[in-house]
Amino acid sequence: MPDTLSASLLDLIRRTSSDLPADIRRALQSGREKEARGSRALLALDTIDCNIGTAEAESAPICQDTGMIKFYVHHPVGYDTLRFEESARAAVAEGTAIGYLRQNSVDSLTGKNTGNNLGPGTPLFHFQAWRRPDVDVRLMLKGGGCENVGAQYSLPMEFPELGKKAGRDAEGVKLAVLHAIWKAQGKGCAPGYIGVCVGGDRASGLEVAKEQLLRVVGDTNPDPALAALEDECARIANGLGIGPMGFGGDTTVLAVKIAARNRLPASFFVSVSYACWAHRRRGVVLDPATDAITGWLYETPDEAAPDAGH
Amino acid sequence: MAQVKLTTPLDEATVRGLTAGDEVLISGTIYTGRDAVHKHLHDGGALPAGVDFSGGIVYHCGPVVVEREPGADGRRRFTVTAAGPTTSIREEPYQAGLIARYGLRGVIGKGGMGLKTLQACREHGAVYLHAIGGAAQVYADCITGVEDVHLEEFGSPEAIWVLRVVDFPAIVTMDAHGGSLHEVVQADSLDRLQAALAGS
Repeated sequence: MPDTLSASLLDLIRRTSSDLPADIRRALQSGREKEARGSRALLALDTIDCNIGTAEAESAPICQDTGMIKFYVHHPVGYDTLRFEESARAAVAEGTAIGYLRQNSVDSLTGKNTGNNLGPGTPLFHFQAWRRPDVDVRLMLKGGGCENVGAQYSLPMEFPELGKKAGRDAEGVKLAVLHAIWKAQGKGCAPGYIGVCVGGDRASGLEVAKEQLLRVVGDTNPDPALAALEDECARIANGLGIGPMGFGGDTTVLAVKIAARNRLPASFFVSVSYACWAHRRRGVVLDPATDAITGWLYETPDEAAPDAGH
Repeated sequence: MAQVKLTTPLDEATVRGLTAGDEVLISGTIYTGRDAVHKHLHDGGALPAGVDFSGGIVYHCGPVVVEREPGADGRRRFTVTAAGPTTSIREEPYQAGLIARYGLRGVIGKGGMGLKTLQACREHGAVYLHAIGGAAQVYADCITGVEDVHLEEFGSPEAIWVLRVVDFPAIVTMDAHGGSLHEVVQADSLDRLQAALAGS
């Protein structure tokens, strides 16, 4: 690993894969305090707790599906993003060889594995310039099981199972979000962390929904209407009895985070991104002159994630 | 919720004695197998020599495996560094056929499976064992050895890894009597959702 940037990003990969952020740990812990002794829900959460500890101690992957690798980078104007991509690819290949990451990039039609996580479309990058001198790099590793239960609704829409029609309003958004959580049951490795975008087009809606997963559990949505919707969706979801892994129980979601984007008058999309309990996202601040890590993000349960979608 | 210790190979009576909701601890030999293996066998591919599914358990898992220096005997040696379950429903088109053809008694995975597999479990005497998704380290710790690997040409996560396990924890969520915890929770959660939305 010749350059400092690759070394910094390799450290980010190691910690993201093995060391669950503080806010997610705390949310899982409050789930453990709620579930009944001797229940399957508590067995699942206790196993999860044990797993989190071992993964951190051994710098080993929390989950063997080390997921789609996506870097979210905020950088000063004029920053060399092509060089960042090169260094990130080198770090991903190295992290795969060490075992922080599974060989997880396959040709879509033939299924052939590239063996190093590099290939067309992997890893993913999202670059955005800002007028700050530092570089903010967030990495999300999102596994396939939870990605597969994500959803996108075009309202208005009938929900025959619920005997309801979701209209183009807050109530309709609530129905769509709860339908997605109900439909997922335990299949996305509940308790899940739910990102939602109201509006946008189909592509940006899912993008922004996933970006909400960068927010911390304890933050407050600056839009009071969305904040209320987040709380209500989470409250109802946790009353559904789906529970960890879908075994039954009171811990179905860790949080619901909702953003809104302007839409065309003709469209009304509700996009839902479901992250499993092993919600792996970490971040570092880099000095653009030296590429060295000057700070870590997501170290405390309440640390906000600036510019993560508001 | 009963806790039952299971040792492979499993016999039919033991498996038929399990009920959806039971907690089990599995010891013995299990075989990983996921999309490529299931499709290969379904399409008429041969089960590799040395793999015996009779009374056996297939584990829907694509482990992270690191190859170590060969042993003094020249044999390849591996360490499993992460080995949690993968989503099982992808194998729904194939699983029932494999249970019938090879006499599998158990399938470990996550998320549950469909009606076809549930019927095969009832007909042939097999159970679906739900592991804790994402608990890759807990399960890696239950693996005491890697005995062999087959069909490596499918890529490491898709190969058949022959694993020795001790006290591997799981929940029976689909039993050999047609019982499914998934169906119960899904129906109950729908009732609750309808009730929560009744006023709105």
